[in-house]
Amino acid sequence: MSLLTVSNLTKTFAGPNNARVQAVSDVSFTVDEGEILGVVGESGCGKTTLGQAILRLVEPDSGTVTFGGLNLVSATKSELKRSRRDIQIIFQDPFGSLNPRHKIGYVVAEPLIVHGIGNRAERNARVAELLELVGLPVDAADRFPHEFSGGQRQRIAIARALALDPRLIVADESVSALDVSIQSQILNLISELRAKLGMSIIFISHDLSVIRHISDRIAVMYLGRIVEIGPAHEIMTDPKHPYTRALLASVPRISQTREARPAVISGEPPDPANPPPGCAFSNRCPDAMPECLKVRPDLALISGHEDGVKTACHLYKS
Amino acid sequence: MLDLVLFWYSMRDVVGRYRKPDAMLIALRQRGAFLIVQDQTLLAVRDLSIQAGKTSIIEDVSLDIHAGEMVGLVGESGSGKSVTALAIMRLLAEPPMKITGGSIKFGPHEITALNNREIQALRGSEIAMIFQEPMTSLNPVFTIGQQIREMVLLHRDLTAQQANTMAAELLARVGIPSPKDALLRFPHQLSGGQRQRVMIAIALACEPKLLIADEPTTALDVTVQAQILDLIDGLRRETGMAVLLITHDLGVVSQHCDRVAVMYLGRIVETAPISDLISSPRHRYAEALMQTIPSNNTPGTRLPAIGGMVPQPANRPSGCAFHPRCLAATDQCAIEVPHLRGNAHKAACWNPVS
Repeated sequence: MSLLTVSNLTKTFAGPNNARVQAVSDVSFTVDEGEILGVVGESGCGKTTLGQAILRLVEPDSGTVTFGGLNLVSATKSELKRSRRDIQIIFQDPFGSLNPRHKIGYVVAEPLIVHGIGNRAERNARVAELLELVGLPVDAADRFPHEFSGGQRQRIAIARALALDPRLIVADESVSALDVSIQSQILNLISELRAKLGMSIIFISHDLSVIRHISDRIAVMYLGRIVEIGPAHEIMTDPKHPYTRALLASVPRISQTREARPAVISGEPPDPANPPPGCAFSNRCPDAMPECLKVRPDLALISGHEDGVKTACHLYKS
Repeated sequence: MLDLVLFWYSMRDVVGRYRKPDAMLIALRQRGAFLIVQDQTLLAVRDLSIQAGKTSIIEDVSLDIHAGEMVGLVGESGSGKSVTALAIMRLLAEPPMKITGGSIKFGPHEITALNNREIQALRGSEIAMIFQEPMTSLNPVFTIGQQIREMVLLHRDLTAQQANTMAAELLARVGIPSPKDALLRFPHQLSGGQRQRVMIAIALACEPKLLIADEPTTALDVTVQAQILDLIDGLRRETGMAVLLITHDLGVVSQHCDRVAVMYLGRIVETAPISDLISSPRHRYAEALMQTIPSNNTPGTRLPAIGGMVPQPANRPSGCAFHPRCLAATDQCAIEVPHLRGNAHKAACWNPVS
């Protein structure tokens, strides 16, 4: 049973010279109960807009986001507020996402206050419980954000996101601003919390090695669209879409022998205000066929593969 | 004797092809002519110490770079890798920062003793540097062409016309499509990857002997990062310049560098040929850093995390600065500062990985 179903979600921004920039185009996917879906892509591919459109932090143009039987895109303000108890978000920059004038105790308790949950004593008890859950000392509640390091602040942001016992968390580049040694602590924490609390997570990152580590399923985005989606193991060991293959090949690997890498793809992603008519990747794709320049491939299951990988590529058309 | 003659013939074609002696030496070394080519130390940093105010931020850093070599300087934020690079360029913010000891020898020059005019003559022409953020390193109100020409005209005796031709050649060399048009563009009209290519073109303008690249690809996407690193590596092989690559990413180092130095809280804790560091790290910090990387672990498993965080330089722990976070720390580690020991593969650890 899917917890979240996103169908044909589209968000367009106004660009310079009256151009329309399609940040998210016709994106559909589901997130199961207790699952971590990794969303990976390069900057400008629309992954952040996707995360924000799901919570309606940006208003989608069209499409539906169904969560608990409710279409969030057409929900009223009060319905939306109620649903946000169940969907929370953690941002990339733990310096920008915590109000510097508020003590940690208030920062973590704020969702409870907004939703009118508990009295002061109950909220304080809940804050202490949450701080312990994310591995911070209880006395952190009486201190200000600037007294904490980046990794600790990200723990605070996680504690705040957990305050309302959400069923879904959108984590947008939540470990990208951290050093490797701290990044692994936070990744471990997120995995542990998921095992303990059983919430679903949409984990957005540009870092394929982080995505590979934490995700059950992976969606690869390119220029506003999902080009490949499927179980993490299948995507990482047998990528189908040429873009996924290029992305995997570009990640610098730590190895003793400098084995010949697959050729690095040339060029850069096209301007989202002026996408190519066919497949958006066709101008960089080593396997592009004449058809790819004209017709945009749809995301579809690959025939003969029962592993559940969907890809948007003419190479796999049956 | 016959062997030697044959050997000379096989090398002669290499010698004829290169105008620059450094490039020739490297090509020779790649062909196996180790005996006749003496290792040329281009840059020798010895016991460099730097303070910011009264806080010591770099301690006893020693680093050699040979002609044509690519050396990685790796560390987390606050480890002092960028400060070390800025000291080599004499670009430290003085005050509050100050070199309090040691020497930086570049060819015949002692960089710490040069006056402003002398260091200015080296900067750009002999040592060039590129930075992480190619948007802020380029001036937004001048065209790409003007910015490359400025560099060329400053260090070379050329007419404006010649400088323009050279600027277009440089852009072509770093893989900018239609370079003549690109000369007329402003930085904001280029993508991040192209801006970094322009920075590399400016850095290459005077054929420097040493290129310092400070996190050159951190702001770029991974597919573009691979292109830029390949470009830098290719240019190094072609021109024979040495590269000091500063990065937090061990993967990048392992793909491109010959040697690597790992920094922690202002000290080099381990330095080794790259394959040695990867196969058998000796310092506990280097070992832990390698183990904690997600791609070195089975997906879904618990990552071996390093506990705690990098302390502030003002609160430097006694002895080995890593000892409070180290799982193998001994009593000695808290008392005495370990020094680098070993030959090609050196580590500063009292209880190294055996």
